[in-house]
Amino acid sequence: MANEGTHNVEDLHLTNLTKKFGEVAAVDDLTLTIPAGSFFALLGASGCGKTTTLRMVAGLEEPTSGSIHIGQQDITNLRAFQRPVNTVFQSYALFPHLDIFENVAFGLRRRKVKNVDAAVNSMLELVELAPMARRKPTQLSGGQQQRVAVARALINEPDVLLLDEPLGALDLKLRRQMQIELKRIQTEVGTTFVHVTHDQEEAMTMADTVAVMNSGRIEQMGHPADIYELPKTAFVANFLGQANLFAGARTGTSSDSIDVVANGINFRVLSTRNSAPGDEVIVGIRPEKMTILDLHDKDTIPSGHNMLEGRVIDVSYAGVSTQYLVETQWGQKVTVFEQNVLVGDRSSVGDPVVLHWSPDHTFGLAGGETVLADTAQILAVGA
Amino acid sequence: MAAVLPSAGKQSQVSAQRKSRTGYFLLLPGMTWLAIFFAIPFVTLFMTSLQAPVAGKSGQYVPAFQVSNYPDALAEYWPQFLRSFLYAGIATGLALLIAYPLAYFIAFKVGRWRALMLVLVIAPSFASFLLRTYAWKTILSDEGFITSFFNALHLLPDDRILNTSIAVVAGLTYNFLPFMILPLYAALEKIDPRLLEASNDLYASAFTTFRKITWPLSLPGVVAGTLLTFIPAAGDYINSELLGSTQDRMIGNVIQTNFIEFRDYPTASALSFVLMAVILVMVFTYIRRAGTEDLV
Repeated sequence: MANEGTHNVEDLHLTNLTKKFGEVAAVDDLTLTIPAGSFFALLGASGCGKTTTLRMVAGLEEPTSGSIHIGQQDITNLRAFQRPVNTVFQSYALFPHLDIFENVAFGLRRRKVKNVDAAVNSMLELVELAPMARRKPTQLSGGQQQRVAVARALINEPDVLLLDEPLGALDLKLRRQMQIELKRIQTEVGTTFVHVTHDQEEAMTMADTVAVMNSGRIEQMGHPADIYELPKTAFVANFLGQANLFAGARTGTSSDSIDVVANGINFRVLSTRNSAPGDEVIVGIRPEKMTILDLHDKDTIPSGHNMLEGRVIDVSYAGVSTQYLVETQWGQKVTVFEQNVLVGDRSSVGDPVVLHWSPDHTFGLAGGETVLADTAQILAVGA
Repeated sequence: MAAVLPSAGKQSQVSAQRKSRTGYFLLLPGMTWLAIFFAIPFVTLFMTSLQAPVAGKSGQYVPAFQVSNYPDALAEYWPQFLRSFLYAGIATGLALLIAYPLAYFIAFKVGRWRALMLVLVIAPSFASFLLRTYAWKTILSDEGFITSFFNALHLLPDDRILNTSIAVVAGLTYNFLPFMILPLYAALEKIDPRLLEASNDLYASAFTTFRKITWPLSLPGVVAGTLLTFIPAAGDYINSELLGSTQDRMIGNVIQTNFIEFRDYPTASALSFVLMAVILVMVFTYIRRAGTEDLV
């Protein structure tokens, strides 16, 4: 409110940002530009450095090296209370001795802004909590407390709003509701939101840019759909949704695609969808992109599709879709989702089946068996 | 399942009733104790405070309704009363000033050494109260280094500390300090450090964060600590007896001498009663004020 009109929101730049706790680098040489006005999600398993990154931007943690800029302004050495940045804390951290109104007014009062009452009232209006103004935080539900936390940060019109797992404490239904709500508020105010979460669905629904973090580094960054459809690393493929991955070797290259043989089976990967620089290639496919067929319908598969034979070992019906677990000849378990649009027989346990999918959905990743094993381990520890 | 539920509900109701009755049984020993050692002596004390002297026989009194004992006692001893509250008030203030930073330090800064620090706070209490106060006699003696130090700076009006009001207040502060530290620590320790981060994030400097967040949230500890210090300090007589001069006598000393030396039981009882009443009134006013928003 104080800066209205003259206030230009600017990009947030992190440059070679590193944070070491002892010998361990929680954040490792991170360079990143978060465009002004975007809803940016930092997604990763616990311990990947996403919260540390956020705390460094907030000024609650001091970087070991590197710098943080908002536009041209270097904020690396500013104290937390001097930064044009506000945080929505994971546990909300509402002040228990102050009522909702005073909680929201806190930042304005510290900066001696005029017309606090009007600003607080319109902010409470925005988060639909005006009738609760005189209640204490403990008298509010989790979802309401969450909105107070957002209002308390947002009323200061920060250049960047940081959200640290803001929906972590809410139940599933409320979380869905708040995802939409937060997205609405962000669109309405146009502030840059940097959102830290381990929930891939939350990141995808809300953010317009998602950065997947692993071991203090960003594995991949982009629009949620782009990352999902075309992951660049085995970690991203597994962390953002599910993926079936087959480690193999490049055997041939044509004008628009490469051939990869994994476990004796030939897969075609479009060159534009291959991120492996060398001959070791992991072939990946999302479960819902595959079609499951009875083995004797094999000749109906369109030519050029990748295919794979196996035996159904588990079927679970989940309303909208059915999830099949298919075991290949070499013992790998492949997950397939089939939308329940067909009436009639489904494959059942023990059936010999063939899976097929278009090269348009196939992706190639760098690495071999060891990469797959490492990824599986990281995900197991993070979960 | 549905058929089982109602009977289960009834059962839990019965057990809830039984539980509440158990509660009363558990109160019994405490109530008996209070009745024998508080209620009965309280009534006896009150009756004694109204007794009248037997003419010509010092130290002998008969039951009466001599209300004038109260104004008489007050007229004679009001300076000691005032002094008691003044000394206790100063000692409480000093204890708060010393204890708050210490409790803050233990609660937020020492990490895994907390338990040890708390033991150190209580450690002096392993030696007797009387012994420790005697020790202060030596520490503050005219030849001691503390007195010489302050004398070198010409800071002492009487060129000494022992047998002055400074020594009495210092003794009171020292002796009741743990009662200030412990409740303060308990209150500070409960404060979520993330609240301080949040305040910092919302443009409050370290000092403002203390003023607006830490201090108000530690108020229950401040109230408990000041009461636990002030009340016993106001009634104390050991510190004045051992560390002060006759000019520094507190109401505790007056009550003690009246009971033991003058054998003027009605006056001593009346003074005890007034002390109790004044403290009660002060405490209630204080708590009521502390409970309202304006102290926050």
